[in-house]
Amino acid sequence: MRAADLTTALILIAGGALVIWDSLRIGIGWGTDGPKSGFFPFWLALIMIAACLAIMVRSLRDKSGRPFVTRERLGPVLDVLWPATACVLLMHWLGLYLSSAVYMAFYMRRYGRYPWLAAIAVSVLFAVSAFIIFEIWFLVPMPKGPLEARLGY
Amino acid sequence: MGIENLFLGFQVALQPYNLLLAVIGVTLGTIIGVLPGLGGANGVAILLPLTFSMPPTSAIILLTSLYWGALFGGAITSILFNIPGEPWSVATTFDGYPLARQGHGGQALTAAFSSSFVGALFAVVLITLFAPLLAEVALKFGPPEFFAIQLLTFSSFIGLGGGSPLKSLVSILLGFILAAVGLDIVTGQLRMTFGITDLMKGFDFIVAVIGLFGIGEILLSMEEGLAFKGAAARINPRVVWDTWRELPRYWRTFLRSCFIGFWMGFKPGGATPASFMSYAFAKRFSKAPDRFGKGELEGVVAPETAAHAAGGASLLPMITLGIPGSPTAAVMLGGLIIWGLQPGPMLFKEKPEFVWGLIASMYTGNVIGVAMVLAFVPLFAAILRVPFAILTPLIVAVCAIGAYSVNSRLIDVWYMLIFGVIGYVFKKLDYPLAPLVLALVLGDLAENALRQSLIMSQGSLFIFFERPISGAITAVALFFFALPVLTPWWRRLRGVSMPTASPRET
Repeated sequence: MRAADLTTALILIAGGALVIWDSLRIGIGWGTDGPKSGFFPFWLALIMIAACLAIMVRSLRDKSGRPFVTRERLGPVLDVLWPATACVLLMHWLGLYLSSAVYMAFYMRRYGRYPWLAAIAVSVLFAVSAFIIFEIWFLVPMPKGPLEARLGY
Repeated sequence: MGIENLFLGFQVALQPYNLLLAVIGVTLGTIIGVLPGLGGANGVAILLPLTFSMPPTSAIILLTSLYWGALFGGAITSILFNIPGEPWSVATTFDGYPLARQGHGGQALTAAFSSSFVGALFAVVLITLFAPLLAEVALKFGPPEFFAIQLLTFSSFIGLGGGSPLKSLVSILLGFILAAVGLDIVTGQLRMTFGITDLMKGFDFIVAVIGLFGIGEILLSMEEGLAFKGAAARINPRVVWDTWRELPRYWRTFLRSCFIGFWMGFKPGGATPASFMSYAFAKRFSKAPDRFGKGELEGVVAPETAAHAAGGASLLPMITLGIPGSPTAAVMLGGLIIWGLQPGPMLFKEKPEFVWGLIASMYTGNVIGVAMVLAFVPLFAAILRVPFAILTPLIVAVCAIGAYSVNSRLIDVWYMLIFGVIGYVFKKLDYPLAPLVLALVLGDLAENALRQSLIMSQGSLFIFFERPISGAITAVALFFFALPVLTPWWRRLRGVSMPTASPRET
C-alpha cells in the first residue's frame, strides 16, 4: 500500500512539474487582457505538488504494511484489462462491432468456460443488436472495418 | 407565479413522447443501477451522445429519468444480493439483506421503493418552491460570486467529504488541470499539449466519467471477486399493501431523513453521507436500537429516504446556479452545455419550458419509476443472474461505445482505458473520484470566473472579500478548507478523541 501510495504521489508530482514548466513557458503573469494562460494551471500544479509531498510524508510514517493488491487478486483484474486493451487495438482495423464481438467471445470462452458455439452466439447477438441500436436507430456512427464495408456500410 | 409555471412544465412532461422517454429512461436506469460498475453518472454519460439530436427538454427528461431509475435499481441489489450497486445504498444493505434472508424480501423492497419515492418527492417539492427564488438571487451574481460558489463547492469536499482531505485536494486540482489541457479559449494559447495534436481538444469529461466509474469499478469488482448469491424476492400486491399499511408508523423517520437528505444533497458530497447519517439517527432515536442490523424495516426506510432526497436535492444547485451537486448532475450539466444551453439562473428567464419541463418530469419520472420497479422487480433482479463472464465484457464494450460516440475519436477509447486504471488505483488509495469529475466539468467555468474577477479588480484577490455576497460565501469556503486542520485541534481542546469513519462519495 505504502509503495503504491508513494509511487502515485511521485507520478502526480512529476505531472505537476511538467504543468509548471509548460505554464512558465506561456507566462503566468499579467498580460494585456488579464491573467496569462499559464496563470491558473501554474497555481493548481504548485498546490498539487505541495499536497502530494504532504501525502508522501504521511505515507512514510504509516507502518501498517497492507499490500496494495495481492498477487492472486491481481489476476482477474489483468484478465479484464489486457483483452480490453487488445480489443481497442483491434478496433483500429476491424471496427468496433467486430472487435467487441471477438473480445466477448474470447472472454466468455477463456474465463467463463462456455462452449465456443454459445460464446459466438452471444457475442454476435450483442454486435448485431448494438449495430441496429447505434448505427440504424440513433444514427451514431461507430468505427467500422472491412466487414461492414463489404455489407455496404 | 410558481403554480402556472409548474402547470406549463406538466404540459411539456406529459406529452406522449416525453412520457415514453421517461419510461425508457427509468427502465435503462434501473438496469444500470442493478449492474455493478454502471452507476447513474456512467449511464448518463454513455447515453448523453445519443441525445444530441433530441430537443433539449426531451433529452434532459430521458437523463433525469435514468438517474431516478439508477437510484431505484441500487436498492434491488443491496437488498437481494447484499451488493450495493451504488455507494449510497451501502447503508440499505445493513437491514435490507437480513430482511431478504428471513424471507421478507418483498417487504424490504416495497419499503425501499416507497421511501425512495417519498424522499425524492420531498426534494422535488422543495425544488419547485425554492428553485425560482434561488435563481432570482443568483441573477444578481457576477463572476466573483460564481467563483466563490465554486470555491464553496470544492471546499465542502475537503471539509465535509470524509476520507483524506489532502487526497481530496489533489483530486480536485488534478481535475482542474486536466480540464485546462488543450486550447485556452480566452487567449487562443495551447496549453500542456507538448506538441501532441491529439491533446489539443483536451480531455472530455464524459470519457473520464466512463473510464473512472465504469472501467475502474469493473476492475475493482473483479479484484474483490464477483459472487452473486441472491435471496429470492416474492413481491405481490398483498405484500405491497401490507407494507404500505405499516409504513406510516415511521413518519418521524421519514421526515427526519427527508431533511437530512435534502440538506446534505444540496451541498456537494451528498447522497452517501446522507444515507449513513440518516441510518445512524434512526438507530439512535429508535426504541429498539439493538434490532438494527438484524432486519429492521426502519433501517431500510431511513437510508433510502435520505439518499433519494439527496439525489433530488443535488439537481437544485445545478439548475439554479449551474453548479452540480453530484457527479451525475455534473454530467447532466455538461449535457446542457452541449445542447447549447447556458446553465445557471438565466435559464429560468430564457428557457422556462426547459426548466419547468425538467421539474415536472421529476414528478412524473418518480411516479413511473416506483410503479415500474414494484411491478418488475423479479425481471430486474434476474439481470444479476447473468454470469459475470458475459456481463463483464458486455459492460466494457458498452463503455467503449459510449466513449467513442462522444467525439467519434478512437483516442477517446484509449483515454477511457487509462482513466479506468486511474480510477481503480485512486479508489484503492482513497483518492475520491467525485471531486475530480466535478472539477473536470467545471474547470473552464471556474477559470473564466476567476479571470473575469481578477480583471474587474485589476489583479487583486480581495475582490472576493469586498463584495458582500461573495465575501460571505468565500468566508464559509475558507472555513471548510480549514476544517480538517481545525477539527483535531478542537477535539484536543475539549479533551475527547473520536475516531471518525466517514463513508466516501463516488
